Amino acid sequence: MRVLFDGEEFEAEEGQTVAGVLLAKGVRSWRTTRGAGRPRGLFCGIGVCFDCLVNVNGVPDVRACQRVVADGDDIRTQTGAELPS
Amino acid sequence: MSRIETADVVVIGAGIIGAACAEALSASGMRVLVVDRGAPAGGTTAGGEGNVLLSDKAPGPELDLAVASRRLWPELIESLRAELGDEIARVEWEPKGGLVVATENDARGPLAILAEAQRRAGVQATAVDAATAREMEPHLTEHVAAAVHYPEDAQLQPVLAATAMLAAVRSRGGDVRGWSEAHGLVVVNGKVAGVRVGEGTIACGAVVNACGPWAGHFGAAAGAPVEVLPRRGMVLVTAPLPHVVSRKVYAADYVAAVASSDVDLQVSAVVESTATGTVLIGSSRQRVGFDEALQVEVLRRLARSAVKLFPVLAGVPVMRAYGGFRPYTPDHLPVIGEDPRFRGLWHASGHEGAGIGLAPATGRLLADLMYGRAPVVDPTRFRVDRPAVIAEVRT
Amino acid sequence: MRRIVVVGAGPAGMAAAAAAARHGVDVVLIDAGAKLGGQYHRQDALAPGDAFVLPGNVEHVADATVWAIEPVDGGHRVHLRIGPADGPRRHGRAVEARALVLATGAYDRALPFPGWDLPGVFTAGAAQALAKGQGVAVGDRVVVGGTGPFLLPVTASLIGAGARVVEVAEANAAVTGWLSDPPGALAGWSKTGELMRFAAALARHRVPYRSRSAVIEAHGIDVVESVTVARLDGLWNPVPGTERRIEADAVAVGFGFTPQLELALAARCRVEDGFVVVDAAQGTSAPGVFAAGELTGIGGAALAASEGEVAGAAAAKFVGAAVEPPLKAMARVRSGRKFAAALNAAYPVLPGWQGWLRDDTIVCRCEEVTKAALYRAVDERDVEAVRSLKLVSGAGLGLCQGRVCGRNVAELAGVDAAGFAKRPIASPIRLAELAEEEPVESPIDAEESGRALGVEY
Repeated sequence: MRVLFDGEEFEAEEGQTVAGVLLAKGVRSWRTTRGAGRPRGLFCGIGVCFDCLVNVNGVPDVRACQRVVADGDDIRTQTGAELPS
Repeated sequence: MSRIETADVVVIGAGIIGAACAEALSASGMRVLVVDRGAPAGGTTAGGEGNVLLSDKAPGPELDLAVASRRLWPELIESLRAELGDEIARVEWEPKGGLVVATENDARGPLAILAEAQRRAGVQATAVDAATAREMEPHLTEHVAAAVHYPEDAQLQPVLAATAMLAAVRSRGGDVRGWSEAHGLVVVNGKVAGVRVGEGTIACGAVVNACGPWAGHFGAAAGAPVEVLPRRGMVLVTAPLPHVVSRKVYAADYVAAVASSDVDLQVSAVVESTATGTVLIGSSRQRVGFDEALQVEVLRRLARSAVKLFPVLAGVPVMRAYGGFRPYTPDHLPVIGEDPRFRGLWHASGHEGAGIGLAPATGRLLADLMYGRAPVVDPTRFRVDRPAVIAEVRT
Repeated sequence: MRRIVVVGAGPAGMAAAAAAARHGVDVVLIDAGAKLGGQYHRQDALAPGDAFVLPGNVEHVADATVWAIEPVDGGHRVHLRIGPADGPRRHGRAVEARALVLATGAYDRALPFPGWDLPGVFTAGAAQALAKGQGVAVGDRVVVGGTGPFLLPVTASLIGAGARVVEVAEANAAVTGWLSDPPGALAGWSKTGELMRFAAALARHRVPYRSRSAVIEAHGIDVVESVTVARLDGLWNPVPGTERRIEADAVAVGFGFTPQLELALAARCRVEDGFVVVDAAQGTSAPGVFAAGELTGIGGAALAASEGEVAGAAAAKFVGAAVEPPLKAMARVRSGRKFAAALNAAYPVLPGWQGWLRDDTIVCRCEEVTKAALYRAVDERDVEAVRSLKLVSGAGLGLCQGRVCGRNVAELAGVDAAGFAKRPIASPIRLAELAEEEPVESPIDAEESGRALGVEY
């Protein structure tokens, strides 16, 4: 399975979450806050903190720790607050 | 802050109306104690959207009160800033204007008639065509049959506003006491001499019933029942978004829902953004007593009506829903004035969903009446002794 | 029809589903994960199949989020969305049941400290979930901090996933000391052996384990590069002069757990001191609603499973199955709660943590509210309750709805934290999903509901 992260192709396996794929590749952050523009990534890992938000296939506010990847997913860094495209 | 056990006036209820009354009375030199059975600004006020609207009111006494209040809000905020500083006067006041949108052709006529009547009453109301409406609000639906722009409509954050007014009351020597329930009056020779609060009694010359939807409860406890009933409203809150909505945008059927007396659920879209980027989606009105249980059908209809006005919202997450009980009177007018049964008992409630907007003029009017000054607006239609409001004393 | 709904497929929910199913009741078991087990029995998501098997009359609804519970005549309507997490095209269902078992579990409590918002700071649960579920270590050089026995299995999992744990900082007394000399009631507790094995693993990997210590700061520009660990006094104030800088690319912290209360509150269950109040049958104050596991008190997987068994049996009885009181499970619950109480007393969170914060330390991660801004809002506006606290400070108003900051902010502001857990929308739902009509499955028969029986043992 292959997914894109900010345009770069990553290998992925069945059952991996977006956070699992990104952390395995050494990516630590995939969101910036809308106030101070600070980087954020995984924090609670179990879906409660909403810190690991990411844009998947044009849809923002997806929890990377909960979302299981599908082949061809287009994953992008979420910059502050975004509207779905 | 020393605890005061006597006061010139005790205001029951520390919501936006109680806070505005206390602010106006303390500004006139009275020593005011505000008590609330819960946390200050934690009831109906915390469940409000912060509407300061002229657009949703037909000409009449409520519009007169709203016009006075709209003039007073910025003045009041300015005076709080001068008295208490910038930080406390930060109430997210946004004179953003309102846009009322008819999406169906059959709503065009009624909207035009209302706007014309409002203009004659002195409200700025400008008809705009669909293209202009969409220029003003680029994410608005393509299905705009007619729209009216109300530049005077405004918004503020009600808890910030109420707590700022309460801070002013404290700084003028008054006090605000949460978690203190008022149980009844002390009456001597037909005149209020005190109020029973918690385990004790506070001696005072006047009591203001500003209990909002619970005004009927306190009225009954005081032996002076008034017909103020709860009407429930729910608001949806989206995740923080980039700029989507500039004004307070609502569907033309909102005016009809506000004015209705139906027990049944009324839903019409009111969409607006807040200072933190969330979008608030109202509004629903439903008479279900004080039942707080979630009703998904209400949320569903709010969602549908919002997406109809702003299709871009379809993919946006809702993260929160909050509700509150609004103080409803059978004739849809607030109750502001002295109770005919006990001298010194005053009422200020029954503003339904408009209490945030109507607060400063309500406080001013109450103070005017108490001091015998020329009233800021004609108080006749808000009188306590009108048939829609006064109830028989239950024995 | 005899059917109950169980929310949560961790130890408590699985046990509840199995117990009810054994009594001939159909069960709809709803869980956010793809596989059974919850956080404790988290399975390797990359491996095929499911390690757990439940009876045939249990319908396991996986990848499902309960976003609302609505009281209806004679029971509750449970609203869920099923499909890829937070996706816009999940499938909606609404299931009614006269009896409901809530087993929604708990999540790590994280205390704030300067730098805790840097990428590379994780909760202990995150480190555990990533290691067990995804086979990924959250860093190469990891410092584990917090309090309680949970830090040991987290450390073991990190080592197992290939990380080097450079230090474990326990803010209270050493778990190992407590395990070798547990209070009377705990002698022979089944978990002591397991924890001793974890402790042995730590020793084998020469992981420094320090008691009365905490990570009080994380350093780095855009990611954690090092941390400061300090000794703590008896109230968790850092002891001046004991600060040590340790190079690390990740920190995993956990200070006990917070129960997921929102669904219990939506079902109008009474909550006291932060937990759902239950009777001997795990019945809550709401008729037909049973609670099991961490919702009723933090007690670990074994106690959760026992409570689940009791709750499942009671729910089955509530909908009319012939059920004898599950006396053995009830006895295990009683003794398990004694263990849990002793454990929780030994690993409290003490107020000195508030002194770890600086004025510009973020207390609400979602809305980026600093300690100074929180205090300013509270002091100037004389805030007395959560609802107004949120609205004047912004803390708790973000997407997590106070799940992470609620207890911390309430402690800092001196208000009761209970109000933070009131979340009528239990999980975000997109407006188009909310607007969709959902057919109601197995609507409650009003006549039948009139015959619902209370369960008393």
